[in-house]
Amino acid sequence: MDKTWNNKAWFMVLPVLVLVAFSAVIPLMTVVNYSVQDTFGNNQFFWAGIDWFNELLHSPRFWDALARNLIFSALVLAIQVPLGIFIALNMPKRGLGVPVCLVLMALPLLIPWNVVGTIWQVFGRVDIGLLGHTLDAMGIKYNYVQDPRAAWFTVVLMDVWHWTSLVVLLCYAGLVSIPDAYYQAAKIDGASRWSVFRFIQLPKMNRVLLIAVLLRFMDSFMIYTEPFVVTGGGPGNETTFLSIDLVKMAIGQFDIGPAAAMSLVYFLIVLLVSWVFYTVMTNYGQERTR
Amino acid sequence: MSNSGKTFTVERADIGATVPVASAERIALRRARRNAPRTAWLVPTIYIIFLLLPIYWLLNMSFKTNTEITSVFTLFPRNFTLHNYAVIFTDPSWYNGYINSIIYVVMNTAISVAAALPAAYAFSRYRFLGDKHLFFWLLTNRMAPPAVFVLPFFQLYSAFGLIDTHIAVALAHCLFNVPLAVWILEGFMSGVPKEIDETAYIDGYSFPRFFVRIFMPLIASGIGVAAFFCFMFSWVELLIARTLTTTAAKPISAIMTRTVSASGLDWGVLAAAGVLTIIPGALVIYFVRNYIAKGFALGRV
Repeated sequence: MDKTWNNKAWFMVLPVLVLVAFSAVIPLMTVVNYSVQDTFGNNQFFWAGIDWFNELLHSPRFWDALARNLIFSALVLAIQVPLGIFIALNMPKRGLGVPVCLVLMALPLLIPWNVVGTIWQVFGRVDIGLLGHTLDAMGIKYNYVQDPRAAWFTVVLMDVWHWTSLVVLLCYAGLVSIPDAYYQAAKIDGASRWSVFRFIQLPKMNRVLLIAVLLRFMDSFMIYTEPFVVTGGGPGNETTFLSIDLVKMAIGQFDIGPAAAMSLVYFLIVLLVSWVFYTVMTNYGQERTR
Repeated sequence: MSNSGKTFTVERADIGATVPVASAERIALRRARRNAPRTAWLVPTIYIIFLLLPIYWLLNMSFKTNTEITSVFTLFPRNFTLHNYAVIFTDPSWYNGYINSIIYVVMNTAISVAAALPAAYAFSRYRFLGDKHLFFWLLTNRMAPPAVFVLPFFQLYSAFGLIDTHIAVALAHCLFNVPLAVWILEGFMSGVPKEIDETAYIDGYSFPRFFVRIFMPLIASGIGVAAFFCFMFSWVELLIARTLTTTAAKPISAIMTRTVSASGLDWGVLAAAGVLTIIPGALVIYFVRNYIAKGFALGRV
């Protein structure tokens, strides 16, 4: 759509600008302010320059949390994306099954995140949870409070349970937009199931898949509530991801300077990924109008 | 690579559409397509069972007595009880949590959608100085980790004396909900042809009258979807809501976490509280079922 040049449109954007400035820009300015200062309490601040950033980038604690978070995101993507595509391919295309599938699959997405944590905290317990009890009865040692591997297993499985549906729904939306004629043509050519997937379905899902990957990366990269409720970052620091570490630092220990520096580094990483996301979206928009 | 695949299929699709296929062959084709995925229903079914099992377990626990939960392992409640729900509905410290959550969530939804409507219109219809940067900047706020904002929010709202009020949480949640609403609404509005605007102006409609009378009904489903997602994301958020409240405006999610850490024993009530938080989403999900993917993808599917 060709848009007209009109700078008065700024007045329409103004309410949003004011609101977001209040809830994002001012807080971010505070963070920047803290990240370059040191304090001994009593609201007395000293210029600290880039000391906090220096400290942060040389602290193993930060790199460990970042590494754990990246491993977590990679694991989550590696499981959810193929699984989501597979389920979407097998979803019914018409009939009563469609709304039933959509509604039931979307259910985990709409549960408050701490309740997701609670559900899995209970579900995984050996004494009262179905999963824990079953694993225990099968003779598998499973204790997510003490065993790091069990904790990781629980957290990843919980995220798969929570978010795979998002990938499914996005892929499904891409799949139903493929006209029937494509499949008919493929049948006439005697195309195999695999080549239908490879040359028709996958290219058509291209963009939704990219959105799904980016959204899943962002959300898993800033995960806080669910693992916090289930494992509390433990055992030890085994499941302490970036957000958990940051909140621990800012609220628990009140190390404002380091926390602010970490916030900014964290935010920069997010900004980079957002930029990729935005470029993908706008490039596609131009292609569509052409 | 994907490009070559695309042209290949398009050509074939053209042939399929223009060259008449013998009707018998066509019927055979249709039958083949219908018969091929005979076991296909298995995959979604197994997946849905996997999704529902933990939810069922929570529901199951909420109808049990605490002694039954901790002493015996039962797949369904043996001594069916509504006691846990009764506790929640009679204890003000529990049901106030729900009221608090609903108050700030509704406030936030109203503010977000009201502010986003004109902005989304501007983005979908006009080009102006810095529009693309502004649109991108909004997205970064949607993507920002709430953990980054916890500390500054606490200090900002303390300075204004807004800690422990509903409006504080409602405003704080604007951080991610306003951008979300703008993006979703912009997606819907761009689907409405510009000629409609122009015709309305020629017919003598003023901008506000056109916007309310003609344009808003046209994107009614978009407004509904945006409102639903603002409601949902504000409802599921815990970290910011917990930080900005102490007692008077404490959301139900925060009350739940406190119960776990304090006693850790009242599993039945905890399960019942969890079940009750799922209900708002479960109630409206049917109406937005076709838009769920669109909403999560910020209106871009």
